[in-house]
Amino acid sequence: MTLIEKILAAHCDKKTLNPGQFINVRVDMVLSNDITAPIAIREFNKIGVKRVFDPSKVVMVPDHFTPNKDIAAAEQAKMVREFAREQKINYFEIGKMGIEHVILPESGLVLPGDVVIGADSHTCTYGALGAFATGMGSTDIAAAMATGEVWMKVPPTLKFIYHGKLGKWVGGKDLILYTIGDIGVDGALYSAMEFHGKAIDEMDMDGRFTMANMAIEAGGKAGIFKVDRKTLDYIMLRQKRDYNIYEPDADASYIKVIEYDVSTIEPQVSCPHLPSNTKPVSQLDNVKIDQSVIGSCTNGRLDDLRLAASVLKGKDVNSHVRCIVIPGSQQIYLDALKEGLIETFIRAGAVVSTPTCGPCLGGHMGILAAGEKCISTTNRNFVGRMGSTKSEVYLANPAVAAASAVAGYIVSPEEI
Amino acid sequence: MLKGKVFKYGENVDTDAIIPARYLNVSEPCELAKHCMEDIDLEFVSKVNSGDIIVATSNFGCGSSREHAPIAIKASGVSCVIAKSFARIFFRNSINIGLPLLECGDAVDNTNNGDILEVDLSDGRIKNLNTGKEFTAETYPDFMSELISAGGLIEYTKKKLEKE
Ligand code: SF4
Repeated sequence: MTLIEKILAAHCDKKTLNPGQFINVRVDMVLSNDITAPIAIREFNKIGVKRVFDPSKVVMVPDHFTPNKDIAAAEQAKMVREFAREQKINYFEIGKMGIEHVILPESGLVLPGDVVIGADSHTCTYGALGAFATGMGSTDIAAAMATGEVWMKVPPTLKFIYHGKLGKWVGGKDLILYTIGDIGVDGALYSAMEFHGKAIDEMDMDGRFTMANMAIEAGGKAGIFKVDRKTLDYIMLRQKRDYNIYEPDADASYIKVIEYDVSTIEPQVSCPHLPSNTKPVSQLDNVKIDQSVIGSCTNGRLDDLRLAASVLKGKDVNSHVRCIVIPGSQQIYLDALKEGLIETFIRAGAVVSTPTCGPCLGGHMGILAAGEKCISTTNRNFVGRMGSTKSEVYLANPAVAAASAVAGYIVSPEEI
Repeated sequence: MLKGKVFKYGENVDTDAIIPARYLNVSEPCELAKHCMEDIDLEFVSKVNSGDIIVATSNFGCGSSREHAPIAIKASGVSCVIAKSFARIFFRNSINIGLPLLECGDAVDNTNNGDILEVDLSDGRIKNLNTGKEFTAETYPDFMSELISAGGLIEYTKKKLEKE
């Protein structure tokens, strides 16, 4: 069995599983946010149970439109807060809040071998920890909050092997953009993606989170990594409960094995308006930008901020560019502060925001006007994603976003 | 039997196109319906009538997990969506809330914007009244038919918990 088949089998007490099979799976964590929880709560109340199945296994994070951007958003956040207090579930108030997919691993709420479902498509991020994590809708979450179970169709698995050594400015973001560019936005539709190879072994956890995060941009149900020393180091100080480590069988069956040599891959940029529209950064010719966003559940972690700061140190953000840096959590904000990264950003002329999804989904904190272009470390560049339907979003890694903020047009960090 | 006029779209229609995030500070179906498809088809909301049908090519509903997307489509009066393929989360959400989806590449290839379709959900039969051609969509697996006939996931869960 593949890694995810192993995890799923253990959560429905089956010895073997085959792709396509419908199963009822026990869940270890059920997540929703300020946009999806209100519908989940409404549907939960219709079921007629009074309490969630296990408050320690339910979490709500107000991160999309918070700190509340307007009255309607405040009403939604209030509904979530009241439900969370009444049900005594895990909840992160402003001040403790971070972007859900940054804060759940960081606070030890998700661990290897878990089955996690979230009413947010980027729930797949936790695959970096060797968990089976997948996004669903609010009604699924409502039913799971009541029963502790969810129905699922076992997905087939695609295996990706990344050979070779990564170039200087190349990281997890570039590998996943390259992969999506290769297989397309529906290249992994209904499937799980298992990531292997030397480049993966050498990659730090933050890069793996970035890769797992964007499995959904290839249509994937999950993206998953094996647990290794780096995973164990990451969870050591965070875990507050037991967990299980699963390994794929040597004879596991995959629908396809795709191999890449990463040593020739340069930093990648996804051009408007699909994440699969990727090009090596050197092929972008004088694309002038108005804004650079460094943050989100894809690239708002400490390694990402370090990388951006290493490019921005001693430089000035171009006077035609608004550079917005958003740490993914309060802890990351604090760590960045201690390391002097925040000072580097401010001295360079960037603005640093409190943790929030903000501009990533065109919520607030950096909306684009018609005709504007933005380079962003986020994960989606659909029409209108960051504001006006006539604006454009280019996706890249934090070093490219920082270098472009300095140059005023999209460039490789090599060039500044 | 469903019958309605076709609104046809291409591939990879994402949930930001179906209902832009700027409207997600509310969740009432009728409010969401006011902005359905706005970013790819400004005229959709003013032209759609109860019973009408959305037809699209591949990967319809890709992107975010927002259930607001199928809710907006359903609340705008659309009776079903026919596509070559659907994004996974959108598919689940639609089935869970009772918006019928049909996968049928032939029907998609042989339908134009504005055609009138007749759809029989019981056997997946689709008839294009403009051309007279008939098609048959993939049938749902048993488990999903059970969900649909229970009236969606909430009703299904209710019944299951009552039995226990
Ligand atoms: S940062 Fe962006 S992609 Fe991540 S959860 Fe927030 S809105 Fe979604």
